[in-house]
Amino acid sequence: METLSIQQGIKTPHINFDASGVLEISGKSIPENSIDFYKPVYDWLDAYAQNPQAKTELKVQLEYFNTSSSKCLLDIFRKLEPLHANGKSAVTVNWLYEEDDEDIMEAGDDYKTIVKLPFVISKIEE
Amino acid sequence: MIDIYNVYKSMKRDDIILSFKGDVTQDLLSSVYQIMESRLQNAEEDIKRKKKFYHILVECLQNVYHHMESLQHEKDKDEFDGTAIFIIGKAEAGGYLIVTGNYILKPNAIELGKKLEKINAMSAEELRTHYLETLSTTELSDKGGAGLGMIDIARKSGHKIEFAFNDVSDTYSFFSLAVTVK
Repeated sequence: METLSIQQGIKTPHINFDASGVLEISGKSIPENSIDFYKPVYDWLDAYAQNPQAKTELKVQLEYFNTSSSKCLLDIFRKLEPLHANGKSAVTVNWLYEEDDEDIMEAGDDYKTIVKLPFVISKIEE
Repeated sequence: MIDIYNVYKSMKRDDIILSFKGDVTQDLLSSVYQIMESRLQNAEEDIKRKKKFYHILVECLQNVYHHMESLQHEKDKDEFDGTAIFIIGKAEAGGYLIVTGNYILKPNAIELGKKLEKINAMSAEELRTHYLETLSTTELSDKGGAGLGMIDIARKSGHKIEFAFNDVSDTYSFFSLAVTVK
């Protein structure tokens, strides 16, 4: 399976989803039509779910994201939930925020409340 | 002739940073974000406020964008010309003010007004619950709207959302929104 790598744009994040089970989203995510942007990410995850690694780590390090993207992020978590629930892959979400960025920290807490995956919410070490 | 000097004086008096009236496109919004980012880079020292402002700005302008996108097929019909307006200015006591205006179909205006009144009546904790419920139960529309924007704006700004509807015709209202970022 190939790595999904998307370069950061003015309104879109850097994506690096590696078949080794390390999935990274970083930068900002504020596109007007977020579904268009996240479609290849969903497709990659659907393919990955067929034959996942024993461990999957999703690293989310966003400085801003709009509400449209917040829905897409939830959909990404929802695609990983069954893998974790049926034991096909031990999934961890590493949610990173910059020091003093309470909004991003709280957004991580929000997801932790509604998503059935282990969340590690931590400050970015300088 | 337009009295541009008067426009200038009034914008100066109201501490306007940027104003726009016209077609709200994705490219335009990219430019506005970049302009505001570099403006705030130098002018705003409070990093938290800078981030908050930027976040709320994105939601406010994308709200206008989605309203306009949903009305594109109506363009040039009736009095609707497909344009909208927004103004970004400084508020008293060091905050910022974001004001937007766009056309909206009348039935949608009634629905939106009810939604905003409901949001304005909520406490911070109720807003969080409402946000999470909406996030986990609503599907994204194919236009990318999730119905979360206004809840998010209220949550992030920590203030009541000011809004008004002007009667334009049998078909349209004009929706005005004002958000203060302190």
